[in-house]
Parts: sequence; C-alpha cells; structure tokens
Amino acid sequence: MSDRVELLLTLADDELILGWRNSEWTGIAPFLEEDVAFSSIAQNEIGHARALYELVARELGSDADAVAFDRAPDEYRSAPLVELRRLEWARTIARHWLYETADAIRLEALKGSDDAELAGIAAKIDREEVYHRIHAEMWVDRLLGSEDGRPRLDEALDELWPYALGVLDDDLRPELVARVEAKLGRALPEVEPVPRGRHEPELAELLGEMTSVRRSAPVGARW
Amino acid sequence: MTTRVYEVFRRERAGAAMQHAGSIAAPDPRFAEIYAREQYGRRGESEALWLVPREAVQEIDEFVDEFDLKYRRVDGYSLKERLKEARELAGASLREAPGGGDRP
Repeated sequence: MSDRVELLLTLADDELILGWRNSEWTGIAPFLEEDVAFSSIAQNEIGHARALYELVARELGSDADAVAFDRAPDEYRSAPLVELRRLEWARTIARHWLYETADAIRLEALKGSDDAELAGIAAKIDREEVYHRIHAEMWVDRLLGSEDGRPRLDEALDELWPYALGVLDDDLRPELVARVEAKLGRALPEVEPVPRGRHEPELAELLGEMTSVRRSAPVGARW
Repeated sequence: MTTRVYEVFRRERAGAAMQHAGSIAAPDPRFAEIYAREQYGRRGESEALWLVPREAVQEIDEFVDEFDLKYRRVDGYSLKERLKEARELAGASLREAPGGGDRP
C-alpha cells in the first residue's frame, strides 16, 4: 500500500468513525436545534470520508463502499480518539473540539502539499470544517464560562488529551499543544500520546453495527 | 439553559425579497448563526439569511375598517356582481324594446 493511500485512509477513517460517533447523538442531543446541527456535522464528516474513499478506491481499483465497510477492524487507520464511545455531552464537546483543532492543523499542512489533488481535497474539506470549528469553539467558550460546565469540560479534556495528541504525527503535535493551551489559558498535563495503530475495544462493536445491513445482503447486491 | 427565539428570513437568490423562513431557539447570537446555517442554508436554498430576535419584531394585528372602504383594499371591490346586474338590466330593456329579440 502506497504512502498516499495510507494517508488518505488515515484521514477518511478518522472522519467516518467520528461522523458515526457524532451521529449517535441524533435524537438525543440536549435540545432540538443542537440535535439538527450536530447531526449535520456528523453527515458532513461522513461526506468527507466518502470523498477520500473515492480517491483510495480509484488507486486500489475498488469502490468507496468496499473500502469503507469491508475491512477487518485492525485494518482501519482511525485514531483511538474518534473510536471512544463517550455518550456524555462534556466529553463529546471536548472530543469534538480537540479533534477539530488537530484536524485544522493537519489540513493546513495538506493544503500546502505538492500533490495537487490532495491539496485540493484538503482545501475543499477545510471550507466545511470552518463551521465545525466555530461550532466546537462556541461550545467550549460556553462551557468554560459556566460554573457547572467548566469543571466537567476540564475533566473531559484532561482525560482525552493523550488521545488528541495521537491524532497528529510528531511534527504537528507542538502546534496542537500551543493552540489548545492558548484557548484554555492553562497548561495541559505532559503525557504520552495514545498512538494511531492500536484500537479501542469499542471500534469492533461500532464496525459490527455499521456494517450489519451491508453484511446481511448477498455479495454484489445492488441497493 | 435560557434560549431566545430568532425569526429567520431567507433570500432564495440575489435580487429576490427576503421571506420569512421560520424560527430557531438559541442561547446567544453565535449559536443562532450556526443553527440558522444548518436549518435554513445547508441545502443551497438560501443566498442570505437575516436573524431577528423575536422581541425586536413589532407586531400589528388590528386593522380598523368601520366604514367598509372596499376600494382601499388590494383586491378592490368585486366587479362580478355589478356586471351581472348590468347584464340583467340590459337584457330586460332589450326584451322590452319593440321588435326586441327578433330583428331581421
């Protein structure tokens, strides 16, 4: 597998799995408008994954659905951060904001890539991610500004911080530390990143559910 | 969480008039912007949105027209009735006229 395919799968798997996790809030978000907005963000992420899987499929002579759904759990490149199941609002906002901040750094780097197609798709994805970042930041500001919200968010951020570091390669991590600390106005614990390549136990369960309908149909079924 | 209601207006294409699209509830203007974008702008149905806090809307819902001045209304008064009357009148006078109804 080429480095290019490896990179595309890393991005696509992060977006697919996070999109799926965020979609678990559909119908149960704290209030109706947030339900619509967060579900829409989840759909966008899955849309980004789809565009990236198309590129992978073209290189592998496969199709996007097969790349997205027909791999074994240990073949996914997703970061453990996006795999965690944390159906609790402060943790969801913490993960959402940490991921969007890390993703912004990654996309900025990719937009400058010599690979014009990769730079182009990164720019396209980033134009939608702008609104995800606004959404994440306004929630962080709101929770930080509330007596009840701040300790909950802080606790969630500390718990997820090693996972957030694991989203990025070594060279991009200092930038993530700088941005997150600047926003929070405090230092984060010095921890070892939870690296990409190992998976959380929740991933297999997620994949099982995600592919259950697809697997129920005969191979080659047309929908 | 205390939310306020924002009335949302949308413009479908450049040059068109703003039309009321619906409303959203949000805790502050930043949330309102994101929620309005998601609910009224993500399907390419809007070229621009206006958000107006509901308290800013001044409502008028009583219109006095004691003397029934129909000619002021946009639908004017109905010509149908008058035409019918005029035709009936004309028909009657035709029949009453000598040789009316079977001219050569």
